[in-house]
Amino acid sequence: MAKQVPDTRNVGKDAMTPEGTVNRAALAAIFNPEDLNALEMALQLKDRVGNATVHILTMGPQRAADIIREAMFRGADGGYLLSGREFAGSDTLATSYALACALRKINPDIIVAGRQAIDGDTAQVGPQVAEKLDLPQVTYAEELVDVKEGEITIKRRLERGTEVVVSPLPAVITVNSSAKECRPRNAKRVMKYKYALATSELAEAEHNRKAFVEERDYLHIIEFSATDVNPDPEQLGLAGSPTKVKKIENVVFQAKEAKTLTAEDKDIEALMQELIASHTLG
Amino acid sequence: MNNVFVYIEIEDKEIADVSLELLTKGRELANTLGVQLEAVAIGKDVKCHAAELAKYGADVVWVADDEIFAPFRTLPHTAVMVGLIEQEKPQIALFGATPVGRDFAPRVSSALHSGLTADCTELVIGEHKDAKTGKEYDSLLYQIRPAFGGNIIATIVNPECRPQMATVREGVMRKEELATPAAGEIREINWKPMVKDTDLAVRIVERHIEERKINIKGASIIVAGGYGVGSKEGFGLVHELAEVLGGEVGASRAAVDAGFTEHERQIGQTGVTVRPKLYIACGISGQIQHTAGMDGSAMIVSINTDPEAPINKIADYAIVGSVEEVIPKMIKYYKQNSK
Repeated sequence: MAKQVPDTRNVGKDAMTPEGTVNRAALAAIFNPEDLNALEMALQLKDRVGNATVHILTMGPQRAADIIREAMFRGADGGYLLSGREFAGSDTLATSYALACALRKINPDIIVAGRQAIDGDTAQVGPQVAEKLDLPQVTYAEELVDVKEGEITIKRRLERGTEVVVSPLPAVITVNSSAKECRPRNAKRVMKYKYALATSELAEAEHNRKAFVEERDYLHIIEFSATDVNPDPEQLGLAGSPTKVKKIENVVFQAKEAKTLTAEDKDIEALMQELIASHTLG
Repeated sequence: MNNVFVYIEIEDKEIADVSLELLTKGRELANTLGVQLEAVAIGKDVKCHAAELAKYGADVVWVADDEIFAPFRTLPHTAVMVGLIEQEKPQIALFGATPVGRDFAPRVSSALHSGLTADCTELVIGEHKDAKTGKEYDSLLYQIRPAFGGNIIATIVNPECRPQMATVREGVMRKEELATPAAGEIREINWKPMVKDTDLAVRIVERHIEERKINIKGASIIVAGGYGVGSKEGFGLVHELAEVLGGEVGASRAAVDAGFTEHERQIGQTGVTVRPKLYIACGISGQIQHTAGMDGSAMIVSINTDPEAPINKIADYAIVGSVEEVIPKMIKYYKQNSK
């Protein structure tokens, strides 16, 4: 499971409005960083097991297919895009419900996801998907220790320290940023998969590309609409979200009277003297 | 019924600070609502903590005491918490936003089909009118949290589902002992019917706990380095200044991500929240992600080559200069002027 997110870590000056708030449209859409760690762990699983495939499941608008292609460039075999207006306004619980519906249809042996997405930082979707599917979960995963028939061994991060756990499979694993970084794009794979398209993209593609993709199954990113995954409509989107946003405030930097000093000796000496005199230091 | 629950995290026979902080906040919420504050301790030999929990405001201490509950495992803790919430029907349930709380609180919320708000920075009781249905609510829990990398502050409510659940990071709320402790009445949770055999399927085979060596939360002077420090070696200067001033070293997320220093030193929304007497920000630009964790500092000094750096908007003193040039001078003049 992966998510395309706005790059909230790099809110540069050009992304700030004159009022001191964020212009979200100016932020790039990226592959959620910890989902890349998760992709790496999934690819390691494939390397170890051999006879396995790695697919990305993402929920989002059509452009979220970009991260599926990115994952294919790095080693994934394909992907599923869960897309539709019914999902709009979902909180973490409604999101987890929708993803769980799709996963029931896909029926994987192991589900790996990033611990959390940088646009919300909640870390809720992994555990909630696990609960909806009645599967065990291993969160804060840092290292794949072993995998064998029906069982996975994972080293996970604790508040202070680590522990190694053995979980039966299937299970949901959420991966921490301290896990191994994702392998880079592979040039051959980029050549092979760059024309991959999701169903709705295919419908809009120009004639030649459409024909090209249609002849090659491996270039087809499967797209699920809400009805494809047989959900209870009551549990989707805004209606299925118990949490409601009451109010949003933009954070505005309150300027206070900062005294500007130079790096010259007299300024630094005066500052240190003042900090000592006011008992801030010493 | 309708009381306020706080999940108590216990590691190595010690109650996590965040649990005591949540009791203090929970006491305040319970007083506003005119209900009881109830602590939930799940683990091994946890009963001995009841008096301590009462000091911080717990009227009732629910306990589930058995070897299967320690160390923490997701499924048995979830089963007991869900079972107890279904039995007692609290209106609010609070958890620490620790790896433990963030692991199992979402699972509890999913099982109960109730909303959970992560990493709240403020919790208050207030009224609410649903914009669509026009339905009015008297006393909902406002769950206030930064979102979108900290660039917006959102107030979240759960109008219909109970309990209203939230997690809070350590250090965000203050803990305070009551002058007269609450009752702290111990009640045993009848947990055996709640836990299934399959809940014990995940096994812990090895555990390694590191000593807590870095204590930036309690430091009264913090010297923090950002990406602008430039390198791991550059952090040596930051350490040197901290040592001379008797402070601790902190860092921004960018500096930690770049590998300049340990994750334990990270200050900000995804790290620790600090309120020292003096905060010296070295080469930190001051993204909200960072400032949210330190803007309560009594005095802020910034060292930055960019006079327009956002950090200067919250600084008391903004030194325009490089870290390499300024820090040695600070050390020199501190030594010269202090006795």
